[in-house]
Amino acid sequence: MKAWTAFSSILAKDMRAYYLKPPNISWGLIFPLAWTGMLFVRSGAGLDSIRALLPGVMAVSVLFGTTSMLAVTVTFEKTGRSFERLLLAPISLELLMLAKSAGAILFGVANAFVPVVIAAFLADLSGVNWLILLLAVLLIAVSSTFLGLFIAVSVTQVFEAQTFSNFFRFPMLFLCGLFAPLAQLPAWVRPVSYLLPLTYGADALHASIVGGGSIPVALDFALLAAFCAGLFAVSLRNIRRKWIL
Amino acid sequence: MVSPQDAIPQIAIEVSGLAKRFGEVQAVAGVDFQVREGELFGFLGPNGAGKTTTINMLIGLARPDSGTIRIAGIDCSANPKAAQHLMGVVPDESNLYPELTGFENLCFCGALYGMSRQDRETRARELLGRFGLAGAGGRKFGGYSRGMKRKLTIAAGIIHSPPILFLDEPTTGIDVASARQIRQLIADLNRDGTTIFLTTHYIEEAERLCSRIAFIVKGRIVRIDAVEDLMRQADGRYVVQFAVSDHAAVLCEAMAAGFPGLRCQELAGGLVSVESSSPVHIGPLVRLFEERGAEVFEARRVRPSLEDVFVQVTGIEAAAMKQEKERAKAGAGS
Repeated sequence: MKAWTAFSSILAKDMRAYYLKPPNISWGLIFPLAWTGMLFVRSGAGLDSIRALLPGVMAVSVLFGTTSMLAVTVTFEKTGRSFERLLLAPISLELLMLAKSAGAILFGVANAFVPVVIAAFLADLSGVNWLILLLAVLLIAVSSTFLGLFIAVSVTQVFEAQTFSNFFRFPMLFLCGLFAPLAQLPAWVRPVSYLLPLTYGADALHASIVGGGSIPVALDFALLAAFCAGLFAVSLRNIRRKWIL
Repeated sequence: MVSPQDAIPQIAIEVSGLAKRFGEVQAVAGVDFQVREGELFGFLGPNGAGKTTTINMLIGLARPDSGTIRIAGIDCSANPKAAQHLMGVVPDESNLYPELTGFENLCFCGALYGMSRQDRETRARELLGRFGLAGAGGRKFGGYSRGMKRKLTIAAGIIHSPPILFLDEPTTGIDVASARQIRQLIADLNRDGTTIFLTTHYIEEAERLCSRIAFIVKGRIVRIDAVEDLMRQADGRYVVQFAVSDHAAVLCEAMAAGFPGLRCQELAGGLVSVESSSPVHIGPLVRLFEERGAEVFEARRVRPSLEDVFVQVTGIEAAAMKQEKERAKAGAGS
């Protein structure tokens, strides 16, 4: 109960202090809208293309809504030393970092549904497997958030957090099969794609919305879960090594 | 059901053989000390002496290379979170959340220790009143003055009523009135039973507040004693100050000739300071002054201060250390 009090308070504080600030809400709305609009115009296939574009736009929205947000907020609190206050609280490091991550995960999930709401007005979404879609969004949000956590532990300044986030994010736009099948990538690039968690998330989203993913959905989920566990474990190890000297 | 207060044995903090190295620098080199329950223990030393590293190890923000720390009997290496539950920490920087109000900050800190909503809100209101911040509780912390920030940071450190409190430079860089209020609050907390571990660059603050003091220099404890005992050892020096009407320089010359065992120094404001290694007999000196045409208004014994002891023990001028710290604080705040 005491642990839950601490967890919920950290989450509520982060939501109020960071995620529900007007600039972040507008970013969460404008970014998916801009991506949808850009790809819609680029495809030139009219409203029929909406459903095909949706998995990629959702994945991008989650990725950009989570990674830098957590990296920046944690780095900001580290710089101002308020993060020390959390490290001194009598709660486990695992629970503390889950609480810090929970806000970014929720923000990412909410971002993912902005393009879904838009698409619902423009295209026929019947036949979408909502359970797989929801699980895919959640796992993409968790893995992207933990990538942000990994970045936060690797940098010392807020601007480094932004730069390092982009170092991971922009290649993922092209390497993870978001807007073009992996088969269209050069053969020598594809092994890199399979090392990135978003590849499996995008594939599961594609399977749930369009159908016919290139990897079995169960395997997508298993690999995403493994990425989540691995990134979280590495981040915790780095925190213990670098922040508790 | 044993409450944290009941669980505390006679020794609140026990440190043995504590050592920490950063690369080539041996920051802390085999520190041993004990802080008794209910004590207000001062931890003094020049910059870079190992104070912050020692505190960080005590509160769980750094891991010792060797040695043991027990907080209320709990081995901090084996069970750091249980120990952290018993301690409050006030860092040298006011590190609360600028975007939250004073009240929200206190409630948030209470929640980190598992306090229920009702308990933390009641306690937050009580502390805001006690620290003279009741009217500012609804304002964002980022807009507080430096003194207000310091007070709220201390309030956040005791929101969960910890039996042991670590205070790192509680009054550095704030206005005189706030510093005075904070000193009184620290004394009150200690009187109410809280064990306090205090570091400060203000030697007179330590002298006024602490019951025992440890001096750390180059990672080693060079002296640890009760304040009275530290002062007694400095009592080998006897200083008497005379307030005279005029001719202070002439009086010093006459005294040097008539009393070769005394050292005389002319001070500002018509004061003459006389120092000796044995008790100073005032009568002959007053007569000498009057013979030289000076009127003596006052004569008083000046006790050696803890600052004298500090300088003697560490070889560092306390005033220089204080100025350096305040410059650093002002630089950080600007």
